[in-house]
Amino acid sequence: MDANDRLTIAGHEFRSRLWVGTGKYKDFAETKKAIEASGADVVTVAVRRVNITDRSKENLLDYIDPKKYTILPNTAGCYTVEDAVRYARLARAAGISDLVKLEVLGDEKTLFPDTAGLIEAAKILIKEGFIVLPYTNDDPIVAKKLVDIGCPAVMPLAAPIGSGLGIRNPYNLKIIMETVKVPIIVDAGVGTASDAALAMEYGADAVLMNTAIAGAQHPIAMAEAMKYAVYAGRLAYKAGRIPRKLYATASSPIEGML
Amino acid sequence: MANEIQIQVNGEPRGWRAGGTVADLLSDLAITTERVAVELNLEILDRKDFGQRSLREGDRVEILGFIGGGCGTKGESDGRER
Repeated sequence: MDANDRLTIAGHEFRSRLWVGTGKYKDFAETKKAIEASGADVVTVAVRRVNITDRSKENLLDYIDPKKYTILPNTAGCYTVEDAVRYARLARAAGISDLVKLEVLGDEKTLFPDTAGLIEAAKILIKEGFIVLPYTNDDPIVAKKLVDIGCPAVMPLAAPIGSGLGIRNPYNLKIIMETVKVPIIVDAGVGTASDAALAMEYGADAVLMNTAIAGAQHPIAMAEAMKYAVYAGRLAYKAGRIPRKLYATASSPIEGML
Repeated sequence: MANEIQIQVNGEPRGWRAGGTVADLLSDLAITTERVAVELNLEILDRKDFGQRSLREGDRVEILGFIGGGCGTKGESDGRER
């Protein structure tokens, strides 16, 4: 990968433009292998009660070294502003950094963000010094509001979490990219490598996924596929694609023909 | 011997010695204090206060840490197209 093509968000510098979640894997060993194969240097984690009855259980962070990876705690599973704020504070108290991936979910069936709640929670957390990366809808107006209140990046979804539907509204994503001048991380809904490549070709700054890798028949192989997809998409975006045209344009010269 | 008090840890009732601190509790539970957050009666504690905060009868303690997660971990839909 191009060592100079770094992504910087609020002073944090990232090598990788593929970010991965750590849920749904068979075990921690598989999680670790998949993350390594993906080349990601940002991994999301959730905050939950520690198992106090069975202390023999291993800890995720024994497998994922916080010195090697940026650990990005999320507020996954929070459906209210109060819960999301509480979990964000707990994540910070558990002590990695001020970074939080903020989720305020709207309903259990779609897991779509409750964007009104998201903005409210983001305001509270930003005031407390958090670096809020909000998981939001593919809505340019909401994205702009989130940036206006101080989010240093926005994370619009491609499709519902875990759906694997790919980018359902590429035009909205493009409008978001033109509307806000902060990094855009396409989060959730990617199904396979071409979805990730497409997101990057559109101009996303990074892609975050979990289920597309963890739920694949061969997660470690899919992690590697995603690494190359994100890389290829990024290169293609920077290279600048040709415009689409209805009719052919010959690519061999006429000159010299018999 | 110190009196026993009743507290709640992660939702479970538990007997505990009067005067024991949060740090003592974590140590009894074999939990290393780095990488966990402790909420005492809904107040998130600063790690450096673990050794000063003694627990009282009826205290509710929540000990949280990081687990694997992507998005929407709780109440996840079955993911099928409808």
